[in-house]
Amino acid sequence: MDDQAALRTTPLHALHISLGAKMVPFAGYDMPVQYPLGVMKEHLHTRAEAGLFDVSHMGQVIVKAKSGEYADAALALEKLVPVDILGLKEGRQRYGFFTDANGGILDDLMITNRGDHLLVVVNAACKDQDVAHMKANLADCDVTLLEDRALIALQGPRAQAVLAELWAGVSGMKFMDVREVPLHDVPCIISRSGYSGEDGFEISVPEAHAVEVAKALLEHPDCEPIGLGARDSLRLEAGLCLYGNDIDTTTSPIEASLEWALQKARKAGGDREGGFPGAERILGELANGTTRRRVGLKPEGKAPVRSHAKLFADAEGKTELGEVTSGTFGPSVEGPVAMGYLPISHTDAGTQVYAEVRGKYLPMTVTALPFITPTYKR
Amino acid sequence: MLKFTAEHEWLKLEGDVATVGITQHAADQLGDLVFVELPEVGAELVKDGNAATVESVKAASDVYSPLDGEVTEVNQAIVDDPSLVNSDPQGAAWFFKLKLKNVSDVEGLMDEAAYKDLIG
Repeated sequence: MDDQAALRTTPLHALHISLGAKMVPFAGYDMPVQYPLGVMKEHLHTRAEAGLFDVSHMGQVIVKAKSGEYADAALALEKLVPVDILGLKEGRQRYGFFTDANGGILDDLMITNRGDHLLVVVNAACKDQDVAHMKANLADCDVTLLEDRALIALQGPRAQAVLAELWAGVSGMKFMDVREVPLHDVPCIISRSGYSGEDGFEISVPEAHAVEVAKALLEHPDCEPIGLGARDSLRLEAGLCLYGNDIDTTTSPIEASLEWALQKARKAGGDREGGFPGAERILGELANGTTRRRVGLKPEGKAPVRSHAKLFADAEGKTELGEVTSGTFGPSVEGPVAMGYLPISHTDAGTQVYAEVRGKYLPMTVTALPFITPTYKR
Repeated sequence: MLKFTAEHEWLKLEGDVATVGITQHAADQLGDLVFVELPEVGAELVKDGNAATVESVKAASDVYSPLDGEVTEVNQAIVDDPSLVNSDPQGAAWFFKLKLKNVSDVEGLMDEAAYKDLIG
């Protein structure tokens, strides 16, 4: 009971309760894991129509150079992130991560060019450390965690139609565009992005208006509230990493198969080659390869194979290869899905490995990610 | 005779063979089931020992044997379609049949009224 009292709540907390949500603690917040529809139906609904997710627990951080110039803020943040932020156009967003001196990952995040400042969205569990990290290292910038904004994700093939009820101009946005737009007369920052593998939007709303905007979106017959349970199965089917599971300080971005997130400018021969923590290891791995890689894994049977299950080369469990980092049942795939790290010798699609589950060695096949076909509107 | 355990299993006795499953309450708590693993026919189970495993999308849970006995039959229907456990947990979605070591052990289990009190 004391634990419950210490949990934080988002601006949509009362709304979740009123919608019949089953609440659970997550990253220090009391969050909906599912609604009466249940995880399976919420997952399938999101891929068929539109799902609304409360992700207000995540950190929304403004990074503004004391000079007021975007370029200064961008160059400062580039000291912490191996991504081209200077070249990011206004009104565009990019995926990135904070790296550490060992080339491991401290958190993954989204970075937006907001004209005269950067908007950085980080994971809830790492929020405080990320803000401290930025404050300590971005000396000529003001780093502000926004404590008065909610974040709502609207995902699915009908997300555009749902949002169009509040803003007709939505069809003009393409994947990773960011616009500041009034919804219901409330100024919101909307990005065409998400964590589901579907087309969709992430909407930053002032907390005082979060409930009315959420309710307005939920009024659309195609839109249902979706909990964290389905959020996890959706992202796993889409091959997306969960910080703390698939990526952490022991995984480099190259081992994590995230080299696509690094632009030419930051790589060997680029205008701003290196200059981020762990550059020696990361650029070295780009040149020479890694010893292991994150891959998709499809169990051959029906049993889910979950994170921390050990992976072996043989059905007797003699040669240990690595570990599953995420695993669940994929409702759209109609079977279990997982991700894990394997030595390069075993990362070709079609390779068979074995996972230890309850004393048995279950066959799994290395499978290209994602498990479903994403529908991003590029 | 219908009996219950504190671990949310139900047991229906016919002669010396008990049919065992999980209660509606347990099925509701677990949410949508996606996987069921049943014991082998012929397996010797002990009271409160692991008998079966069920998995929802999010997590795995153990199902325990309510009493000592030998598994005589298992319900393949719930292996083929785990959602049956959510739709009919106390009927068609039975888990296994147990030839009880001591039929009188059943006396020690809760009746329906006591189970209803437990779940509140």
